[in-house]
Amino acid sequence: MKFTLSWLKDHLETDADAAAIAEKLTSIGLEVETVEDAGARLKAFVVAQVVTAEKHPNADKLKLCMVDDGTGAPIQVVCGAPNAHTGMKAVFARPGTIIPVSGEALKIGTIRGLESRGMLCSSRELLLGDDHDGIIELPADARIGEPAAKALGLTDPVIDVALTPNRGDAASVYGIARDLAAAGLGKLKDGSVKAVAGKFKSPTSIALNFSADAASACPLFAGRMVRNVKNGPSPKWVQDRLKAVGLRPISALVDVTNLISLDRGRPLHVFDADKLTGNLQARLASDGEQLLALDGKTYTLDAGMTVIADAAAARGIAGVMGGEETGCSDATTNVFIESAYFDPLRTARTGRVLKIVSDARYRFERGVDPEFVVPGLELATQFILEWCGGEASQIVVAGRVPDWRRTIAFDPGYVARLGGLDVPKAQSVSILKRLGFTVADGAILKVTPPSWRGDISGKADLVEEVVRLYGLDNVPSVALKRSNTVAKPTLTPGQRRTRAVRRMLAARGFNETISYSFIPRGDARLFGGGDDARQVENPIASDLDALRPSVLPSLLAAAKRNEARGFSDLLLFEIGVQFDSGMPEAQVTVAAGIRVGEGARSWAKASHPADSFDVKADMLAVLETALGAAMTAPVKAGAPGWYHPGRSGTLALGPKVLATFGEVHPKILAAFDLKGPVAAFEVILDAIPESKSNGKARSVFTPSPYQAIERDFAFLVEQNVTADEVLRAARGADRNLIEAAAIFDVYEGKGIPDSKKSLAISIRIQPKDKTLTEPEIEALVQKIVNAVAKATGATLRT
Amino acid sequence: MTNINTLERDILGAVKAAPDEAALETIRVAALGKKGTISELLKTLGSMSADERKINGPLFNGLRDKVTFAIATRKTELGDAALNARLGNEKIDVTLPPRPEPHGSIHPVSQVFDEITTILGELGFAIAEGPDVEFDDYNFTKLNIPPDHPARQMQDTFYLAKQADGSQHILRTHTSPVQVRTMLRQKPPIRIVAPGRTYRVDSDATHSPMFHQFELLVIDEGIHLGHLKWTIEEFCKAFFEVDEVELRARPSFFPFTEPSVEWDLRCDRAVPNQIKFGQGNDWLELGGSGMINPRVLEMCGLDPDVYQGFAFGGGIDRLGMLKYGVPDIRSFFESDLRWLRHYGFAALDMPSLDGGLSR
Repeated sequence: MKFTLSWLKDHLETDADAAAIAEKLTSIGLEVETVEDAGARLKAFVVAQVVTAEKHPNADKLKLCMVDDGTGAPIQVVCGAPNAHTGMKAVFARPGTIIPVSGEALKIGTIRGLESRGMLCSSRELLLGDDHDGIIELPADARIGEPAAKALGLTDPVIDVALTPNRGDAASVYGIARDLAAAGLGKLKDGSVKAVAGKFKSPTSIALNFSADAASACPLFAGRMVRNVKNGPSPKWVQDRLKAVGLRPISALVDVTNLISLDRGRPLHVFDADKLTGNLQARLASDGEQLLALDGKTYTLDAGMTVIADAAAARGIAGVMGGEETGCSDATTNVFIESAYFDPLRTARTGRVLKIVSDARYRFERGVDPEFVVPGLELATQFILEWCGGEASQIVVAGRVPDWRRTIAFDPGYVARLGGLDVPKAQSVSILKRLGFTVADGAILKVTPPSWRGDISGKADLVEEVVRLYGLDNVPSVALKRSNTVAKPTLTPGQRRTRAVRRMLAARGFNETISYSFIPRGDARLFGGGDDARQVENPIASDLDALRPSVLPSLLAAAKRNEARGFSDLLLFEIGVQFDSGMPEAQVTVAAGIRVGEGARSWAKASHPADSFDVKADMLAVLETALGAAMTAPVKAGAPGWYHPGRSGTLALGPKVLATFGEVHPKILAAFDLKGPVAAFEVILDAIPESKSNGKARSVFTPSPYQAIERDFAFLVEQNVTADEVLRAARGADRNLIEAAAIFDVYEGKGIPDSKKSLAISIRIQPKDKTLTEPEIEALVQKIVNAVAKATGATLRT
Repeated sequence: MTNINTLERDILGAVKAAPDEAALETIRVAALGKKGTISELLKTLGSMSADERKINGPLFNGLRDKVTFAIATRKTELGDAALNARLGNEKIDVTLPPRPEPHGSIHPVSQVFDEITTILGELGFAIAEGPDVEFDDYNFTKLNIPPDHPARQMQDTFYLAKQADGSQHILRTHTSPVQVRTMLRQKPPIRIVAPGRTYRVDSDATHSPMFHQFELLVIDEGIHLGHLKWTIEEFCKAFFEVDEVELRARPSFFPFTEPSVEWDLRCDRAVPNQIKFGQGNDWLELGGSGMINPRVLEMCGLDPDVYQGFAFGGGIDRLGMLKYGVPDIRSFFESDLRWLRHYGFAALDMPSLDGGLSR
């Protein structure tokens, strides 16, 4: 909502300047975004006359000007503008003036050998527009030496207020003046409108044509004809105002509607009465009904929308935009003015569905003053008669003012209870009355909001009104009740776990990233997603249109970007959501990481391409950090299709997959244009069972006093026998004595049959209650060999 | 006796002059071996009279001890010399770099998240969570934003495609639906902070289509605006790690709060990329807040005549940008390794109240 200071002062008696007004507006909830005071900003620029403009002797495209700025002898200025000419009035900057576009002070310069002691300015240099083709030419009657801003008509500061959606009452200059007056900044001038007596009966009649359940769509419709008008440009003061707030003047009949919309928050529409067929009515549109609107586009309407129609067709989308075919032009001689009340929600829906943003919709959907339907019409009539001549008909009205009166029972003590602000009752009452509320006194006040405050519906709203005018800054701080014991932990076990995993991965050397939850659909398809249900209907960019089914595509895309910047050794992780469908709560939190490249090259250490065993360690570290215990569930070969089919694994508890890991499938790397190698892990944090704690005490520490024994074995097994099978069999040989079993060498090749491999394992035997004798140890060794042989067909390598 | 003195002098001289451990061993064998000179002397004691033995015993044994000690001493000397010689040859270039280790980092959003929950945890706020894909009802309607209300335009919403069952959901535009979920699940007193990802159709230097918010919700009997103000003041002091802050309250509008208040923090931004609080002439927008609208309490099953509460919503990324001087919000989500290293935090820099939030 933009307006100028002088416009505001049409409605408000005040000596306050723009800055004071802006501060007050913000403090009462009408937040000022900008105050553009070009007059103050351009104070240093003056009107000057170009006495002579001749070609620069040393340059074809430059001119040598002598400029009179009213201070004495003409000043020599070199100017590059093609439109600089003798006799023109221009905006002049003297040396030392800060030029807005550069922010730098103008220096006396020498251009092609001639001194230039100032500058003739373009709009762009003054930040008044983009026009850089030439310098500003001021009107011939501009007075030399006076501020250029005055000659430009820019002395009136423009204030821009960001209105919150509840304040339809402040979507007008008058409404803003009314709120300022209530806040004590000035006195509101009389805004009442005198009725214009009709000279004849309106030849066009109006009607409301709604079923009972849709009657609220338009409870009141008023209009009148003004005949024999002469349309043309509106008066200069009107054009100046419209231009100052960014509107383009069109013609008197159109400008009058824009002026009243801005000035009073009352949207109007004017029809060229001669283009109408028969009488007007407000009705619901029929499904599929079409209308060419004033913006030149044809809209297809539905039965939820209100239209103003004549006997032939819909002529306007109620509260949103008028129709092109019946609009006013310079040739219009008979005009029909429409002023109506349209339902806010229905208007909002219409605008949203048709994607039309207009000043009328803006006001109707926020709620206009229902009592100003007819006065708005009268005001428009006055202006039209004044600017365009003609004579007005009597007013025709259909329906009546919707009932806006409601009474709110209000305990004045509620201001303190909810607002924390101890405002005396009398003061609360006075504030409400200043805002136009009717207040009936009593222990419980009976408060009726004014017709223009449709947003006030309950007692909390009244607290807000009192508090905002009394001053929010006066609310004292009051401490929340605190426990008088030591603070208890507030994180859930899952939250603690996530935090621990995050810090662990960073400690392992991974850099944490956070990436968008949406990714390109093509990428999503590679990871089992990309279906319709997980599509974003209105993505911010066409390549951010699918909810990610996995965190990995985000990480791979990040790896690609880093690779392109010359960083091809990466450890990246993200703890974030993946979406299993397009339904709420169908998301899981995943800790995913990738290792890219071969690691930093070093003189001291051989590097190796990131492989499955690197990420298997990462995956186990995540699981064990989350569990707070060793992960004993077995890893099975195989993982989803984005992994290398032979170099990937899955860890599951029963049917529940906890984690997958492995080298990334070469086709996926190709799709992301990654050189690689890349190995990845994904751990579904939400799937990890909560650790069961049996109190804080650890089990009793009982180290064995007997010497542990290490024995190494080398087994020859078929290629398809897994390390896990061998280790499990070995451990199973004597669960009591065997403390640990580990693979320390895998060998295939020379000396081993082609179909076989050698697995070397080391077994740690820990006697519990006596030292083992040599025969006992031998017996155990044989038991181990037998167990492994039985389970896997292994033979001891000799 | 002269020959004992001579013997001693000769042997000790030889020990001292022994050039290496082998020579020393030869000397030892010659003196103390089975047939060694001193061993032979000691053997003679047996055939001596008691008187002679009384004199010669200590003499011979003393000689043996002296020589043993001298050999041991010389052996140590020779060992040290040999070790020193070897160590001298083992010199390395200590300016060579060590074996490389990757250096991990924590993303600033996670760090700020931990800072926020650390502060609020001390004030008794539990962390509540909700899904990113949200019901329209929880994101809007139950927060008093009916369909077609102009307030829906305050938040440009991402819509998901229609689901098989005909329902259509959104990406939550704020963390406020967690309020709804909490109220529907739990009776007051309620004191939660709900941090998480939020989404709006917006992208420029200060807006990202995905960003992070945190929502404070306090509901109890007798909660009023003064409590809200105190909480924000205390939070700001703790978060920005300053002794005093100055807040400015502006009346605002959110359909789910009434009265609604936006908070600005006085600061000084005269020096680019540096911000000082409690001084200066700039005001920094902190976030929106207000007393929970009685209609929202009702829709969530709480009696507004018994319970009152406040809610506050702020940006996690935004707080991080302010505190740690990050100019562009979009850079948070670009995963640029250089950026992650530059703005990231060490794994063990876990914020705490006793150790401080940040270094």
